[in-house]
Amino acid sequence: METNLAPVTNATILVWLLFLPFLGGWLSWQAERYSRTLPRWIALFTMLTVLGISLWLWFTGDYSLGTPSTTPQWALQYKAEWIPSFGISFHLGLDGLSLLLVILTNLLGVMAIGCSWREIDRYVGFFHLNLMWNLAGVVGVFLALDMFLFFFFWEMMLVPMYFLIALWGHSMPGGKSRIYAATKFFIFTQFSGLIMLLAILALVFLHHQGTGVWSFGYMDLLSTAQGLDPKIAWWLMLGFFIAFAVKMPIVPFHTWLPDAHGMAPTAGSVDLAGILLKTAAYGLLRFGIPFFPEASRDFAPVAMSFAVLGILYGAVVAFSQTDIKRLIAYTSISHMGFVVLGIYAGTTEALQGVVIQMIAHGLSAGALFILCGEIYERLHTRDLTKMGGLWARLPYLPPIMLFFSAASLGLPGLGNFVGEFLILTGSFKVAPLFTVLSATGLILAAVYSLILVQKAFHGKPRDDGHGAHLEDLSKRELAMMGLLMALLLGIGLYPQPVLNTSATAMKTVELQYQPAAATAALSAPAP
Amino acid sequence: MNLLFLTFLAPLLGFLILAFARGRISENAAAVVGVGSVGISALTTAIVGWDFLHHMPEGGAYTQHLWQWMSVGQFTPSFALRLDALSLTMLGVITGVGFFIHLFASWYMRGDEGYGRFFSYMNLFVASMLFLVLGDNLLFLYFGWEGVGLASYLLIGFWYQDPANGAAARKAFVITRVGDTFMAIGLFILYREFGTLNIQELATLAPAAWPVVNGVGATGATVVALLLLGGAVGKSAQLPLQTWLPDAMAGPTPVSALIHAATMVTAGVYLIARTHALFELSPFALQCVGAIGAITLLMAGFIALMQTDIKKILAYSTMSQIGYMFLAEGVGAYQPAVFHLMTHAFFKALLFLSSGSVILAMHHEQDIFKMGGLRKHIPFVFACMLIGTLALTAFPFTSGFYSKDEILHQAYLTGHHELWLAGLFGAFLTSVYSFRLIFITFFGPERWRSQPATHGHDEHHGLGPKDDPHGAHTLDHHIPLGVLLLLAIVGGFIHLPLGSVLPEAHIPEGDHGPAWIAYLPVLVSLLGILVSWFLFLKKPGIPAALKNGALTKYIGQFWKSAFGFDWLYDRLFVRPFVWAANINKNDIVDWFIGLIPASLTGANGLLALTQNGKLRWYALVAGAGACALLAAVALH
Repeated sequence: METNLAPVTNATILVWLLFLPFLGGWLSWQAERYSRTLPRWIALFTMLTVLGISLWLWFTGDYSLGTPSTTPQWALQYKAEWIPSFGISFHLGLDGLSLLLVILTNLLGVMAIGCSWREIDRYVGFFHLNLMWNLAGVVGVFLALDMFLFFFFWEMMLVPMYFLIALWGHSMPGGKSRIYAATKFFIFTQFSGLIMLLAILALVFLHHQGTGVWSFGYMDLLSTAQGLDPKIAWWLMLGFFIAFAVKMPIVPFHTWLPDAHGMAPTAGSVDLAGILLKTAAYGLLRFGIPFFPEASRDFAPVAMSFAVLGILYGAVVAFSQTDIKRLIAYTSISHMGFVVLGIYAGTTEALQGVVIQMIAHGLSAGALFILCGEIYERLHTRDLTKMGGLWARLPYLPPIMLFFSAASLGLPGLGNFVGEFLILTGSFKVAPLFTVLSATGLILAAVYSLILVQKAFHGKPRDDGHGAHLEDLSKRELAMMGLLMALLLGIGLYPQPVLNTSATAMKTVELQYQPAAATAALSAPAP
Repeated sequence: MNLLFLTFLAPLLGFLILAFARGRISENAAAVVGVGSVGISALTTAIVGWDFLHHMPEGGAYTQHLWQWMSVGQFTPSFALRLDALSLTMLGVITGVGFFIHLFASWYMRGDEGYGRFFSYMNLFVASMLFLVLGDNLLFLYFGWEGVGLASYLLIGFWYQDPANGAAARKAFVITRVGDTFMAIGLFILYREFGTLNIQELATLAPAAWPVVNGVGATGATVVALLLLGGAVGKSAQLPLQTWLPDAMAGPTPVSALIHAATMVTAGVYLIARTHALFELSPFALQCVGAIGAITLLMAGFIALMQTDIKKILAYSTMSQIGYMFLAEGVGAYQPAVFHLMTHAFFKALLFLSSGSVILAMHHEQDIFKMGGLRKHIPFVFACMLIGTLALTAFPFTSGFYSKDEILHQAYLTGHHELWLAGLFGAFLTSVYSFRLIFITFFGPERWRSQPATHGHDEHHGLGPKDDPHGAHTLDHHIPLGVLLLLAIVGGFIHLPLGSVLPEAHIPEGDHGPAWIAYLPVLVSLLGILVSWFLFLKKPGIPAALKNGALTKYIGQFWKSAFGFDWLYDRLFVRPFVWAANINKNDIVDWFIGLIPASLTGANGLLALTQNGKLRWYALVAGAGACALLAAVALH
């Protein structure tokens, strides 16, 4: 039935992209019995390889893919039969959007392994198994073109993450336990996933009703979903939205995130903030909006209200946090609010801004969590009221953290500014009121970022028994930070390579979402 | 002219070198990099400026396209530098005055542990400020606009160990960010309406879309102009976003001279001049600019009269002088506004640097009521301070005279008599408060000798009764002051070819006004000096008596605390925010979500009660259930 597709090429490279982390994870688990460092090297080597493959795909591939239309186009595909009787296939596809997110995933995967080098010393192999299987699950989510496969990976991300938090997390003394946080994370995402599963199944049944064929294929369901009765479409749209809203997370479904971040090991936090949250935005862009464009349009004011609520609420709550990781967790909620705003605005500028914002936030929040981990390693606390004056005690860490805080508050020249400004500019065209309300988030971002810098680094140095001069960042840590800083600067000053890669994919979403834009594009003379 | 990019590249590289060196290089090396980079920038400016003035490009502007920032749909801002008479003037002030302030700072900051860090921030500031004035589109301008905000934040909080400095730095950043956000919204509207943020394109597109009809501007033009004004007001510390500037004096004194007197705080004036085409479309917005300027200049003048901290007096004076520039722009006199911006940069930088010298001579004492008679101890600094003050009070033939006189003159001729009156009274206030500073600091008794030394929190703070103030005798101290001294005197003779960029004020042809308006301002400021002399030197008992009077005491306190704006904003915005944030520290939503597992546990508890293992109970329940079922069937 998949008539609209370009000929399926058997791009096995996509399978490797997915399979290598699984393999590497299993190997490093097995290597644990020989040595404690061997698993780390295996994991690092694997992720570097996968990162190399994804970068190679970027540099050699063409993601402009001809004239954008309402039909999605893929640069690479891989398809194999899986459960033919239900129309389930192992179908992967890659376009500009998924490629960028795969690169981000693999890059932050390398960072996550790098920052765990000293932090993790129990069950090293099993840790890397979980970390890499989680990353593989995320890559699967970004590549899957079969709804059954998508859901499979969507759930697959959760279990390793649960173990990462439950086994290697930090419990706060006197506070909630890491098991509590892990369970909370699992139940929230599991329950919301269930709702999405119902929506997917309903869609499959409706497709069967209409055509007499069982299929979980993305393109099949896309055509079915777009022709649905508006009422049914509305309910199914809601099913997808809830799953993605919990994962994003959108206020008031966000409360699992600060707990999970608070307890997770550094690698887990990098993974959560940098990558897992992006799967939700990806889900909206790939499924939520294209499947149900009209319902989403009707729903846009509600979604944008949630976005504004998230931006402001996250920023206000972030301000009062004393646990540095919880503070950054709440800022993530605030930043993801911009993503929701941009997605539901649906203009070219806003959607491209969403891509930049996702990548820039992944890099900056990931870096901030790594730095929090470094501070914890040195002071054995994440309590901001017990910090202060660190500027005098560490030469490199404070200015680097200042850099990423500046990124977080949207300083021009860094990637986050490009993302936020594009989102706001693009959204203002269609939703001025929501945009103006969101823009006040820029002020609050300055408030919480600067209070973080003040509490952690400024003031008189404390005598907390760790010595006047703390051990500063090692070469490994400096290299990681340097790379992330360079990338944020690069995106901030010349985001065009990224924008060009995602242009067609985002234009497709825009054309699906905005009927006016689609008609205009159709009536325009062909180039 | 194609060297233009070097002007910002040199300080940017200086910033990078110093940032990566992180204190590993010596003070001298840091000074060479930090001061030298701005020196290169100033030299480049001189070369580029000479070239520009002698080979004036077509249309009066030269554009250097660096690279396309991004391209999304219609949104295609570039990194492009635009050199015209306006940006050249700003360029000259930033790099020229900036260089001498850097040189002075290399003397002033000697021995500070963050010497290299200081110059890295200063260089970052200069680079950002150059982006601001050279950007040919509003997004690039905004880039510099935020960059100088960050540099200002870093430098105000430079001595980070004192939390008060951090608070001042955050206050400055957040309050200006409020203005910046207004400005950003203005940019959104402009982009939506015209599909571009290029300033020149906007200047041709906007008048066509938003014509002024019968003296009333289009709503769109008014909204945009007011939003841009919001940004300008925040950056330039005008009402109602002025409260950050006095606190910003927590930074090292060269910072106050460079950022909070000569360059960054005048960015708002620059913004309005740069986007004058938009402001011209809304007479109402222009009226607001003029009114804000007039009210701010009077208010700040009054407050300056009551301050005792030498830097705060100068801060309020800066606020007041920028008020003059806003006033000028409000009446359409853009050229005198920019002219005053330049002369103000000369004499106010001189005043701040001199005050820095005074403060060091007095061992970090900033209270003028602990000084006195200093003219005998530090005569050169006294001369600088006096010349600076004369220029500030627009004394004839000093630089400030030409620019301020021009502003008042044009305000009168354009028929804005109420603004003219405000400016005239402001001139009187200026003389009174600035000569109060001179008389109390440099004349009269040496007060520190009669007061117990304040050894409260710091042994090296203030002079003891037997100490003498000691002046500096090195070149890196004298040269900057000497050059600025010269500029404060002759700066008024610099001719700026601003006519190619900025329009003339709408003055009826051949109208020069009555003769007395030309010399009235001079008389008024001389009167101010006289009053100041009488009150603070001849009869110092009068202000002292007022200070302790029953009723005047309270008025004085209210007055001195800047008419309670800080108090009001604290209660209106800061406290409610902090209260709301703190009360919700544990996230109320989480509590609601927690109700779900709690209710499940509760239900489980209730149901578990029925499983009590007692046979009698089970038999009873089974029987009751059977009865209920039978009854239900029977009744149905």
